[in-house]
Amino acid sequence: MYEKTLTQLAAALKSGEFSSRELTAHYLQRIEKADGHLNSFISVTAEQALQQAEVADNARASGNAGRLAGIPLALKDIFCTQGVKTSCGSKMLDNFIAPYNATVVEKLNAAGTISLGKTNMDEFAMGSSNESSYYGPVKNPWDLTAVPGGSSGGSAAAVAAGLVPAAMGTDTGGSIRQPAAFCGITGLKPTYGRVSRFGIIAYASSLDQAGPLARSAEDCAHLLGVIAGHDGRDSTSVARGVPDYVEGLNAPLSGLKIGLPKEYFGDGLDPEVEKAVREAVKVYESLGATVREVSLPHTHYAIPAYYVIAPAEASSNLSRYDGVRFGHRCDNPSDLIDLYKRSREEGFGEEVKRRILIGTHTLSEGFFDAYYTKAQQVRRLIRQDFLDAFEDVDVLMGPASPTPAFDLGAKKDPVSMYLQDIYTIAVNLAGIPGISVPAGFVGGRPVGLQILGTHFAEAQLLNVAHQFQQATDWHLQRPAFAEEYA
Amino acid sequence: MQWETVIGLEVHVQLATRSKIFSGASTAFGAEPNTQACAVDLGLPGVLPVLNEQAVAMAVQFGLAVHADIAEVSVFDRKNYFYPDLPKGYQTSQMYHPIVGPGEVEITLEDGSTKRIRIHHAHLEEDAGKSLHEDFHGMTGIDLNRAGTPLLEIVSEPDMRSAKEAAAYLKAIHSIVTYLGISDGNMAEGSMRCDVNVSVRPKGQEAFGTRAEIKNVNSFRFVERAIAFEVERQIELIEDGGSVVQETRLFDPDRDETRSMRTKEEANDYRYFPCPDLLPVVLDQAYLDHLRGQLPELPADKRERFQNELGLSAYDANVISASRDMAEFFEAVHSECGDAKQAANWVQGELSGALNRESLSIANSPISARQLGELISRVLDDTINGKAAKEVFQALWNGQGESADEVIEAKGLKQVTDTGAIEAMIDQVIADSPAQVAQYRDSEPEKRGKMIGYFVGQVMKASRGTANPQQVNGLLKEKLDALL
Repeated sequence: MYEKTLTQLAAALKSGEFSSRELTAHYLQRIEKADGHLNSFISVTAEQALQQAEVADNARASGNAGRLAGIPLALKDIFCTQGVKTSCGSKMLDNFIAPYNATVVEKLNAAGTISLGKTNMDEFAMGSSNESSYYGPVKNPWDLTAVPGGSSGGSAAAVAAGLVPAAMGTDTGGSIRQPAAFCGITGLKPTYGRVSRFGIIAYASSLDQAGPLARSAEDCAHLLGVIAGHDGRDSTSVARGVPDYVEGLNAPLSGLKIGLPKEYFGDGLDPEVEKAVREAVKVYESLGATVREVSLPHTHYAIPAYYVIAPAEASSNLSRYDGVRFGHRCDNPSDLIDLYKRSREEGFGEEVKRRILIGTHTLSEGFFDAYYTKAQQVRRLIRQDFLDAFEDVDVLMGPASPTPAFDLGAKKDPVSMYLQDIYTIAVNLAGIPGISVPAGFVGGRPVGLQILGTHFAEAQLLNVAHQFQQATDWHLQRPAFAEEYA
Repeated sequence: MQWETVIGLEVHVQLATRSKIFSGASTAFGAEPNTQACAVDLGLPGVLPVLNEQAVAMAVQFGLAVHADIAEVSVFDRKNYFYPDLPKGYQTSQMYHPIVGPGEVEITLEDGSTKRIRIHHAHLEEDAGKSLHEDFHGMTGIDLNRAGTPLLEIVSEPDMRSAKEAAAYLKAIHSIVTYLGISDGNMAEGSMRCDVNVSVRPKGQEAFGTRAEIKNVNSFRFVERAIAFEVERQIELIEDGGSVVQETRLFDPDRDETRSMRTKEEANDYRYFPCPDLLPVVLDQAYLDHLRGQLPELPADKRERFQNELGLSAYDANVISASRDMAEFFEAVHSECGDAKQAANWVQGELSGALNRESLSIANSPISARQLGELISRVLDDTINGKAAKEVFQALWNGQGESADEVIEAKGLKQVTDTGAIEAMIDQVIADSPAQVAQYRDSEPEKRGKMIGYFVGQVMKASRGTANPQQVNGLLKEKLDALL
């Protein structure tokens, strides 16, 4: 069963080939057998999953099943799920049982999908390798000595290993697209405001956005249709109709204008990765697209701007973890300050503390204008770069990451880790959507092609990605791990 | 040396919205601790704020009432600091782009003179919870019911020059927000709280002295007392060769003093930045016009109308217009009886006295404006005399009767103006009082005026207070003088 895409599974459930209960049990079994090697789940909610499956089967029997009813999924442990531990990959929230559901979770429940559990992630979504998790690193099923990418590393690894058909992630600076690329799957970051952030534990509020990680663009189209839409509980979600993302998948690409940002093919890009990406672009030319070089002149400011804005917001967002109401509290605090200091010292990991410090500093009196205000100005320029480019071309293409997945423990200094996100971060600053699709391998590790569109162009991105996947089979490749361990 | 006091006020007004500024939880006062705090108020991971539109409308109404510029675009910022009753570790406020820009308020002083106090700006923000230090055996309890209650912080310019002016300003603000119905203005329950900035400077000097900010001054009376203490403290300090340091001080009403809380050096760096979870508030002209159209007549306009059109004294007009409830009660009494002066006297005299004695607000007056107006009408048309009117008032207050007429009828208080009836009573009193009549007759003419009081009293007694006193006086004099 696990070889099937989500779209195929939905058809099989519909035709009665197997029940949701059988399907769910199958995946739970795979998780139990294999996840000891991957560490992609923080919590597996087997009992609840089987109950949900039964409800879905009953709904189907009575003719009330929706398109995705009975499909097992996994949720990054950043989505609040009622009655289930929601740790955000942190010791700080190791004891936190969310008393409510995130809007995304509500919508998935309403669609009848099943949650197998909560996937591992970089602590508070801060990281590009999944090594900052309190629950230990996740391994890449293509090569257990490699990282799966981050921060949605658990979601990406679990989907790639066939432990779940698809999973939900979040993307603040590349946290869906980069792990999707590293694990050889398809990952979509929607336009900022397309999916409600309510119930998603905040890292950087003006950048965070949830999206699907799955086997194919078609799978992502199904899932985005469920989770997208305006939410009265999130003021930044946009009141705009949700199109049928599946309907347009097969539109022909003749006449599609593709831009290749020259800044995305410069120094630092692994030549083998570049080769794979250029090969993919050739496939598009064969499908009738035209290609030209474009420029996003402020690209090299994206990482510095991001590492001012995101930590600034994070330093404030993470202030609520103070040991007073929920989360980790130190033993025997001597007074209030001691309670704050030790609870936070003990509860947060190194990378989180680093970003809180950076953010606190950049917002401080005397530094605010030089850092925060300047970074916001840069952010507007970066956004304008994209808008200008989309005057001339329909989509932009480039690598999702400068290299394939690197080895666990390889990036010791934070700045080299930050540079991993050089092609993904500007997209969050601009608020536009982006998708990463498998486009080959380098040294046995997957390469991701990133496709970017203008605001709310998800339907077009999915169409462009799907057509590529009709012409290639990179996305259907499975790591040997999927067979051997599970 | 002659010193001048310079005062500016920051008034926090709790807005009377049904739900909180960023969540759907109730704002009602006095519930069991932590029963009116939802996931958003608790700052649980993942929750997001959604702005309460009613709070925006109320802030705008205040701005319009003080002739302020309303910002087309205002922005919420986060004020970051750690405190146990601040669940998110930041307070959502408006630092850089407040909703209400510069405006002004007219205050009336006790001598009836007026002064304009400029408002620097007013901004929306959320309240914090409460820390409870008692009953927890050395620990602190946290009640988050108040967390997220909408506040309008109104910041004045340093335009006040005395404690009296500051109190008058606070009263003016109180009166405006209660007129608008945007706050219950209940200072005892914390619906209005005040921080006072005080400095002194030698008279004639233009530069301001160093100011101290006094926190937690929560009644009209405390404002005056805190300022009086603080001014004295600062002058003494300077005259003794010291200097005032910029600091935050806490007013202690029990000891009638202010105490240092923290100095400027210890002040927090609040790291304000725009809240990324909330969109800028954009208001268009049509919305402002709509709210302007809903504004009630405001205290300053009422005061002016009471004075100019109804002929009330400046003092009466000021006192009556200070509270919307009282002003509207007065207007209803006036429209019933048609005599503004009488209506003002009764509302401020008999009625206010009775309300004060029983600690009732005018909104809960046992006597309605209609009843009082009718009662005054009966005095004006000579149906009853002043003494009987007080009796009728008392009866209506106690619920003995629906209307003045009913009470007058039931108690037989209708004034006797029939000359024949009065003459008959006088004749009877004269016949019953031979000794007093003889005394009257034998007195010097200039002493007789005083002695007539006895006979008046007897006649009034005989009429059970219903005889018209002027008539009794006149007729008695005639009859007694006829005996001379």
